Amino acid sequence: MNTTRFDVILTVADTRAREKMREWKHLGSGRELTDVVIVDSYTTDAVLSEGETASVLSSLVNATMERGTANGHIIEKPFTAAIEIGYLPGVTDNVGMTAQETISDVTGRDQGDALVASSRVYALYGNISDPDIERIKKSLYNPLIERAHVTLWSQYEKEYGFSRVLTPVSLHANATASAVSLAVTDDELKKIGTEGIRNADGTRRGPLALTLADMRAIREHFNTMHRDPTDIELEMIAQTWSEHCKHRIFASPMADIPKGIYKEYIKRATEEIRKKKGRKDFCVSVFSDNSGIIEFDKNWLVTHKVETHNSPSALDPFGGAITGIVGVNRDAIGTGLGAKPVANMYGFCVGDPFSDPNNSHPLYRDANQKEQMLPPRRILDGVVKGINSGGNASGIPTPHGFLLCEDRFRGKPLVFAGTVGLLPRKTAGRKSWEKAAMPGDYIVSVGNRVGLDGIHGATFSSVKLDEGSPATAVQIGDPITQKKFSDMLVKEARDRGLYNSITDNGAGGISSAIGEMAREAGGCRIDLEKVPVKYPGLAPWQIWISESQERMTLAVPKGKWKELAALAKSRGVEATVIGEFTKGDHCVIQWNGKTILDLSLDFLHNGWPREEIRVHAPERILRPLKARDSAMNLSDELLAMLSRPSVASHLFIAEQYDYEVQGGSVTKPVQGRGRVPSPASVTKPVLSSPAGVLMTSALYPAYSDGDTYNMAAASIDTAVRQAIAGGATPDSIAILDNFCWSRSNTPESMYELREAGRACYETALVYQTPYISGKDSMHNDFHGFDRAGKHVDISIPPTLLISALAVLPNALTAMTLDFKGEGDYLYLLGETHDEFGGTEYAAMHGGSNVGIPKVDAQAWAPLYKKYARAQKYANAAFAVGRGGLATALAKMSIGGGLGFDIDLKKVPGTWTSPEAALFSESQGRIVAAVPARSRRLFELLIGKNVVRIGRVTKGGAVVVRVKDETVLEATVGALAHAFEKTFKAF
Amino acid sequence: MKTKPKVIVFSGYGLNCEEETKFAFEEAGGKADIVHINDVIADPKMLLKYQILAMPGGFSYGDDTGSGKAYGNRLNNHLGEVLKEFIKRDTLVIGICNGFQILTAAGILPGALTYNESARYMDRWVDIEAVGESPWTRGLGVISVPIAHGEGKYVLPKEGAPNVALKYTQGPACEYQNLPMNPNGAAEDIAAVLSPDGRILGMMPHPERGMFFHQRPDWQKLQNDLKNKGKKVPTYGDGFALFKNAISYYNKGVKK
Repeated sequence: MNTTRFDVILTVADTRAREKMREWKHLGSGRELTDVVIVDSYTTDAVLSEGETASVLSSLVNATMERGTANGHIIEKPFTAAIEIGYLPGVTDNVGMTAQETISDVTGRDQGDALVASSRVYALYGNISDPDIERIKKSLYNPLIERAHVTLWSQYEKEYGFSRVLTPVSLHANATASAVSLAVTDDELKKIGTEGIRNADGTRRGPLALTLADMRAIREHFNTMHRDPTDIELEMIAQTWSEHCKHRIFASPMADIPKGIYKEYIKRATEEIRKKKGRKDFCVSVFSDNSGIIEFDKNWLVTHKVETHNSPSALDPFGGAITGIVGVNRDAIGTGLGAKPVANMYGFCVGDPFSDPNNSHPLYRDANQKEQMLPPRRILDGVVKGINSGGNASGIPTPHGFLLCEDRFRGKPLVFAGTVGLLPRKTAGRKSWEKAAMPGDYIVSVGNRVGLDGIHGATFSSVKLDEGSPATAVQIGDPITQKKFSDMLVKEARDRGLYNSITDNGAGGISSAIGEMAREAGGCRIDLEKVPVKYPGLAPWQIWISESQERMTLAVPKGKWKELAALAKSRGVEATVIGEFTKGDHCVIQWNGKTILDLSLDFLHNGWPREEIRVHAPERILRPLKARDSAMNLSDELLAMLSRPSVASHLFIAEQYDYEVQGGSVTKPVQGRGRVPSPASVTKPVLSSPAGVLMTSALYPAYSDGDTYNMAAASIDTAVRQAIAGGATPDSIAILDNFCWSRSNTPESMYELREAGRACYETALVYQTPYISGKDSMHNDFHGFDRAGKHVDISIPPTLLISALAVLPNALTAMTLDFKGEGDYLYLLGETHDEFGGTEYAAMHGGSNVGIPKVDAQAWAPLYKKYARAQKYANAAFAVGRGGLATALAKMSIGGGLGFDIDLKKVPGTWTSPEAALFSESQGRIVAAVPARSRRLFELLIGKNVVRIGRVTKGGAVVVRVKDETVLEATVGALAHAFEKTFKAF
Repeated sequence: MKTKPKVIVFSGYGLNCEEETKFAFEEAGGKADIVHINDVIADPKMLLKYQILAMPGGFSYGDDTGSGKAYGNRLNNHLGEVLKEFIKRDTLVIGICNGFQILTAAGILPGALTYNESARYMDRWVDIEAVGESPWTRGLGVISVPIAHGEGKYVLPKEGAPNVALKYTQGPACEYQNLPMNPNGAAEDIAAVLSPDGRILGMMPHPERGMFFHQRPDWQKLQNDLKNKGKKVPTYGDGFALFKNAISYYNKGVKK
């Protein structure tokens, strides 16, 4: 193989290298480092003349600040060691692909078949030891997807440059479909379900996540047809029946709810709310599409969907998070006839990055301690970077997000990613929210090619994480390929009416996408060999279920295909006809003319056996809050609270995400002088419309330690209050549910799930907040080993994330959280009780599950209505949440750079100590600041439903009194310092 | 009635600020079309129908191989000639953020843009002061607008001094949030540069994201203070002036 290696180096100061050096020194490896030089490299097997090589080089080098070589000796000064990081064969290499396009552009020849691999070299200088080099190497790459190679100066000299590594993917798979006999023992049947189909050499293909009952139902179905299933048929059934795709736990009967949680609690709540709202019902399409759709204004609709990407993020946080955000963007693009993504949100629940900073107590997935879990800090850094790369590069603002740190997320982090989309009500003469593939329509695959990446993603996320977790489940996102087809689809093809239906290829790949769309038409027939692949040698079943990212499936009328194909070509998008939708009710796949899959869609979608899920109330050991020192200093308590990772400023995340692209920013994710991360923000998705959308979200995982019902109710209540404080009216709020559960095979956990479901039904009904979309992730458990080889099980606390989406007819009625003026009056809505269970304050003092904050939606709903009408006379508002009243006031104060003076005596409720008044997380509360000019009007509208607790003060003094006795004294500066210091070095 | 000046806003390959850029030009009185670069390559002469060319912000080619490089190459390889012809006429060109990176990578503007001093992508507001002579920045003074970039640190050309348009300065935005005035370590605090005749402007900050008052980070505080004084709250923000300037360059027939 004739390869060319292009090396590029900055001739001006390289801040990346300086930051890396700082990071390594901070980690304690490389204290002796004197310099780091970064080389960006591109290695290719494209056939290039000497002239072409020179032109390519000059295209890869910006002569003002870079220099480069082709097959040369880029570094002249002897280094101690050079660490090169590249991708493993077959892993998405975006930089390599851009370099390939550059080579095509420069040579004027399509170089699509040429391999181009990007890599990066870190040349290290100074007297550094081998163990240090090893540590630095480890910090630079993830062995699941990347390769690392250390070169010493002597080698580099000898070979005159870095070695040229270019490894094509080599597959030895049997590229045909084979029959799988199910006439086997129950034991083997079970094994096929849990470990996968057996290969000829005895190895297994990876989990199908099918139970014995499932396997028996499949066997029975094929027995009636007198044949064995093929491997591809089994794989497709497994994808479709997976927990990830079918939400079987939510669809299964439970005691008292024969139709299951989804139908009895979630869907029923929405149906009843919509009925009651009558003409004020703003829902357009709920639960049936890739996102929920609600009304925006007379011309537009907005969509919302929140996804989780927990399992992939545990293995490769960067890849997990970027595919999470880019994947949920695709949910918007696949909603209705194609919504334009207009706002992203993120949420991270990770282990406490400070509890074991040196990773002295690592976890392993295997007993041999070969596969180490990444420590919380690495996971946090990775997921933050993943959303950064995905969201920023896609040109979608990220105005909302949160960070929660708790050690029970150490084994499996939760990574939420959500996207709001924008749809015109009408497009190409059709209702934009309705779509249907028609018999005879071409099945068109758009976007990236298929590889081995993401095989068994759907079934993998439906099981726990252990040593068998497949590395192929890890993928890297490619936001630019997606941006190209996204623009082509939602900005051009949709409005030209070039397709009848669209959906994204998410979990289960084309098998799920086409399987879903085929129901619209009747059936489908696919010529699987036509699916574009990244490299040869893939078996049919692999092509069919691969979750290679950045792909959509369209139903294109035959008469429109030519126009669509031409458009795609001119936009640099690959679009391929791979089959046809049919009238029949079967999905049929052919492989070079031979039928290898023929499944009834009815069996595929409805054939899975329903089993009643057993529930049993858990026995809880009550853990009251430990006694505190009676002489405790409440100021110190507040400062400590503000520094806690789940409360402290995560400005470093918010500000590295572009929250202003598309020009719609109204209230920002960081607010006020003090740049305080805000729980809600408003964006204008249509610049010519006065309306805006508000995004917010809330969760209280630790409340599940005592009361899962109120865990769920509090999440809903907080999301609703945050929306109101941010400027929404209570009757305009739609919500989304993301259940993240653990120990889902135990009746106790299922009892808790049912309780949470019941809270979802009852609370939403009172607040009249319909669910428009939801998703669940049921297996957030880690089963592994510690350093001593001892078994370690870590399960997340049952978690419900409630996200809210509200439309503001006038976006400028949005409200920020920061104090605006000295002398403004402070009002408090709601009552305060001694509710410490599961709170952040309890966590600060050893934890407690007694006195979980309760929600009384019936009593509060009318108050929220009154309050929302009065809020326009306020100039700042904050929904009291994690960390209680003191934290809420502190954030408003830091935001405004102004102090406050309040009297706790005025705070209503049954609280019994200043400590409780300040730190209890009683729900139902909002703090509002009201300027003197509108105080009368505010009070007139709200009546006696709020109390005035104090005032905003000039200067930086923060004073909390109980009548005349001062119980807390601080300065805004001190609060801000405590709030900001935690993540200052991140 | 005067004919509206015609604006072409480029798109494709990951550019992503084309819609709000078009909106800003139209709000200022122009007529703007978003055109995919491949459509211009298919019909290069179409460029000559326009008076103003905007290369908007974005992430062309994902910044892979260096921000602006691949798109800049594409411009040069396929549209080099017609661009020269376009620029020769009495036209205006603006490159914003990634658009600025593209214009420097294509050699249309001097200098280059490299990784921020923090080596991290950052979204924040800055204050910039007009220092050069250009139809774009006439009467601008000091304005507050946002930046959002990972590679915005201006590097001086190897030879000759650039015609500087805008410099980062200490103003209301920095004061409000106590921020350093130079957000990325740019040489000589340069935020924007011009062609020698001032008609081509490349800038890292995003004027289109600061065209309305409500886009400011401090708008609610300012609104509160204005209401306290019984004063009216403005509609537009500082960034709008650049677009107004470009349109009035044609509408008023003002020539340099």
